Amino acid sequence: MNFKAMTAIAALVAAPLSVLAGPDEDALVVNGEIEMVTKTAAPAHMADAVDEIYSGWRFRSDETQALQMDDFDNPGMVFVDQAQEAWDTADGTEGKSCASCHDAVQDSMAGVRAVYPKWNEDAGEVRTLATQINDCRENKMGAEKWKYTGGDMAAMEALISVQSRGMPVNVAIDGPAQETWEKGKEIYYTRYGQLELSCANCHEQNYGNMIRADHLSQGQINGFPTYRLKNAKLNTAHARFKGCVRDTRAETFKPGSDDFVALELYVASRGNGLSVEGPSVRN
Amino acid sequence: MKFASLTLATALTGSIALAGQVGPEDVAFNDDGAIEASLTGAPGDAANGAVIVGEKSKGNCVACHQVAALADVPFHGEVGPPLDGAGSRWSEAELRGLVSNAKMTFDGTVMPAFYKVDGFVRPGDAYTGNAPEGPLPPILSAQEIEDVVAFLATLKEE
Ligand code: HEC
Ligand code: HEC
Repeated sequence: MNFKAMTAIAALVAAPLSVLAGPDEDALVVNGEIEMVTKTAAPAHMADAVDEIYSGWRFRSDETQALQMDDFDNPGMVFVDQAQEAWDTADGTEGKSCASCHDAVQDSMAGVRAVYPKWNEDAGEVRTLATQINDCRENKMGAEKWKYTGGDMAAMEALISVQSRGMPVNVAIDGPAQETWEKGKEIYYTRYGQLELSCANCHEQNYGNMIRADHLSQGQINGFPTYRLKNAKLNTAHARFKGCVRDTRAETFKPGSDDFVALELYVASRGNGLSVEGPSVRN
Repeated sequence: MKFASLTLATALTGSIALAGQVGPEDVAFNDDGAIEASLTGAPGDAANGAVIVGEKSKGNCVACHQVAALADVPFHGEVGPPLDGAGSRWSEAELRGLVSNAKMTFDGTVMPAFYKVDGFVRPGDAYTGNAPEGPLPPILSAQEIEDVVAFLATLKEE
């Protein structure tokens, strides 16, 4: 296709909407001090797929982008404050809070988000942050598990992410995690549902293109949990995966399932090198 | 107003199971992915086809394609090529094949098949995210495919 002609037609057809041909060149600095890497060379494992990886932030409008540039404007930060309270509040039969074991979140959780999902030697499985949080609640605190994609969980993930903001995502894909990673990769490239679309069809082959009113990004999760203007709450990665699979007219996987844990590890690894941004802001 | 009456018309024609209709399993594609015979034996309605192409709950073709003739429908996508001139580039039989199952024309294309009911991985009950209760209907009915084909045939190169 003649790209220029296509863009010209796009401009004519969708006149009120400015059609972007790809990620923009804006730079993300949060609070005037945390410099985020929102574009970098793709990790070696995806060299045959794309050259460069981009945060979803690069694909949002200037207005949406601005909301993530200052914590006073970021609607996701309210939930970070809520989770800070939960961090310090005892819950469950053991009378313990997160702080009872982990002290100050600023110290104990710095760098944690960047390396999750991660192999857990004792459990003999790859664990997401959410699995680990619920393991602590159940087995260390004697408290009820939180719903995998629920508000309490999303908020706690946001609090933990904030301690790593600006650090590069760096999940391990080899060693004992490799099998799970391979499984996640297979899911990423499988064409699901009656529309027969894979994650790659939209987020690898078509990022930068408009699909109806949506500007397709690379579907990265370095910014999760993400506050969406659309539903005015924090959204977890598994909730987003579920929505995207549903949109292919498919039967989705369950949040927290082995399938989505594997997919999370794989998608996270496609963002190795981008900064941890959570809680990010998206439309 | 015009829109509502068109939708009503679809509902009416859709409810009459036409005797000579070719089911999704029985479609005969030729080697180039075209379908020579009409799926219904009845002529397509181009005006209704235009609605299906633009309507989110129907073909939603504009999710991926720009169509200058449908400039009043908001938000046209860029995943596929613009459909302007498609009626000059392709014969009616080729268009029927493209809309029914574009994978027979373009191997591995991202374009979904609109007249296909099996061979899916984890098919769902439309956009619910749940498994379907019974057999899946095709995304578009035989007559809707014919209507879309009739509309596409009107998109001539200037
Ligand atoms: C039919 C197209 C389509 C498919 C298939 C699809 N997505 Fe998406 N996805 C979208 C759209 C549209 C958005 C919203 C715009 C954007 O950020 O790309 C989105 C957003 C996302 C986001 C949020 C990115 C951000 O920065 O906020 C993630 C993560 C994501 N998708 C992952 C996936 C994964 C994993 C799969 C496969 C299981 C998948 N998607 C399949 C269309 C799709
Ligand atoms: C998810 C994206 C998507 C959707 C939805 C979609 N298409 Fe397509 N279509 C494509 C792509 C991509 C191509 C280009 C074929 C290729 O190279 O893969 C294409 C090609 C075509 C062509 C041939 C284009 C040309 O002029 O050379 C026609 C005609 C067509 N589509 C019609 C339709 C109609 C009608 C619908 C809805 C009933 C539709 N498409 C829905 C993605 C899509």
